[in-house]
Amino acid sequence: MPAAAVEPSRRFREIRLTTGILARNPSALAGAVIIGAMLLTALLAGVLAPFDPIHISLADRLQPPSAAHLFGTDEMGRDILSRIMYGARISLRIGLLVVAVAGGLGTVIGAVSGYLGRWADGVIMRIMDVILSFPSLVLAMALAAALGPSLTNAIMAVAFVMIPKFARLVRGEALAVREKQFVAAARISGEGSLSIIRRHIIPNCLNSVIVLATLAMGETILIAASLSFIGLGAQPPSPEWGAMVSVGRKFIMDQWWYATFPGLFILITVIGFNILGDALRDVLDPRIRR
Amino acid sequence: MVPLIEARRLAKHFPVSGGRWKRSRLLRAVDGVDFSIPAGETLGLVGESGSGKSTVGNLMVGLYAPTAGEVLFKGEKISGIRQHVPAGVRRHIQMVFQDPQSSLNPRMVVRRIVGYPLKVQGLAAGRALDRQVSTVLGEVGLSPEHMYRYPHEFSGGQRQRIGIARALVTAPEFIVFDEPTSALDVSVQAQILNLIRDLQRRYGHTYLFISHDLAVVKMLSHRIAVMYLGRIAESAPARQLFRNPLHPYTQALIASVPLPDPERRRDLAVLGGDIPSPVHLPRGCRFHPRCPQVMPCCRREDPPDITVQAGHSVACHLYSP
Repeated sequence: MPAAAVEPSRRFREIRLTTGILARNPSALAGAVIIGAMLLTALLAGVLAPFDPIHISLADRLQPPSAAHLFGTDEMGRDILSRIMYGARISLRIGLLVVAVAGGLGTVIGAVSGYLGRWADGVIMRIMDVILSFPSLVLAMALAAALGPSLTNAIMAVAFVMIPKFARLVRGEALAVREKQFVAAARISGEGSLSIIRRHIIPNCLNSVIVLATLAMGETILIAASLSFIGLGAQPPSPEWGAMVSVGRKFIMDQWWYATFPGLFILITVIGFNILGDALRDVLDPRIRR
Repeated sequence: MVPLIEARRLAKHFPVSGGRWKRSRLLRAVDGVDFSIPAGETLGLVGESGSGKSTVGNLMVGLYAPTAGEVLFKGEKISGIRQHVPAGVRRHIQMVFQDPQSSLNPRMVVRRIVGYPLKVQGLAAGRALDRQVSTVLGEVGLSPEHMYRYPHEFSGGQRQRIGIARALVTAPEFIVFDEPTSALDVSVQAQILNLIRDLQRRYGHTYLFISHDLAVVKMLSHRIAVMYLGRIAESAPARQLFRNPLHPYTQALIASVPLPDPERRRDLAVLGGDIPSPVHLPRGCRFHPRCPQVMPCCRREDPPDITVQAGHSVACHLYSP
């Protein structure tokens, strides 16, 4: 059927246009390179890492950076570089999971709220305001502590505090899309509210959601690392970056490398997502694009 | 004979909040409008912006539920019970919008946009839908290979053709055109207007054509209704309205249409001031603050609709018996 043949090629052209604009934007490129490198590290940790991340070798404990151990070793003699590489898996998985859950739920909540308006909007947005009124880290800490310290609970806690950020953004977009005449045309055809939200409102809010998702990845990784740092997230011996900084803190006076390198990787990853998100915001803005 | 579509004492009032501590007021966008359109004819609805003509259009297709009055399709009431109009009737009522930029979902290809009413109403799917969409694209002067393009790949005029195709695809009997050409270039306007007229000749559609442009309305309409502040000031067969305008507002509107002949000049009865706010309607006749022929009774009493001759009625005290 010609339908199947033509449509993907157009989609593909659209994607190529986007990537083309991105490639000409230096900060986007830098962000993409950083995140690409992180993803690659996470995927290939098994091949790239020089040592087993949880193999204990007390003879090598607390070695400074050297040719054998580029980032030194920790108090159990584990290679910090290898632990960071495996830790990238954990951090990126947390980021993706949280953004998928919070982005998905937040988008639906925001679109329903913005499209239906009236009392539904009032009730939903007041609930979101209550969540937003807490600093996200504090609320995530309280939730994670209440649920009990584990990585899964930390992910749920962070996802929960991220939902209102998406909901508020999408609601604003939905308020604008709702007034478009194509929504009126759908209503004349007899389309119900839920289908209109699904087919018209949400697809037209997606650009902003993608941008926010990228920015939220950075924040999520930071909050998750903070939770692990205070012992509410990933538990030892898991090589989560925040947990590594937390243990390394005890050695910071004499073994500076222990806390520094995991901390540096948190920093670089968060910056990578943030500058990519900023660039995406510019690129996906249709007013600039066409 | 039962007209195809009819508006009876139609009214739509919107509450306007006057701030936190003030009482909310009513914006009387449409305030008692009557008309009927026989099958196969066009009623042109003209008026300034703010006269409520677009609200009338939205009421006719059921986008708004009326505050009072009713809309009848083939003698059956279709207003009030929003979204509960039977699909068999709904497919016969369509609308073409003003802004072809905003009336097409930028995330959908033309096939989905045009086929949308068919799909929602369960009239066609798959191959049959493809076939109907490509036929209707042909009718509006586009070709089937446009099916898999996105709206932004088209010009303004082409986009409006897509909007018309979407309205035609369910083979409706009644179509509301809400200023379909006001967002287009003058050269494209004429093409679209010709298309709209040709489609009516071919299929015998019934149109409600809303515009602020008298010249455009004159070209397409069998009858014309002039709206002012939510009420119809005058309605008459198109030719008669232009030959013998009775309401001072209609006279001023017709005088403001530029003439292509520089030798023939008319005295310009230019109206002073702006249309008053429909939140604070003037007492008595709603046109009296701007009327050049205002009389004392106009400030006190709202004039009734007076039928001057068959098919020509006017809401003005000048013609009360």
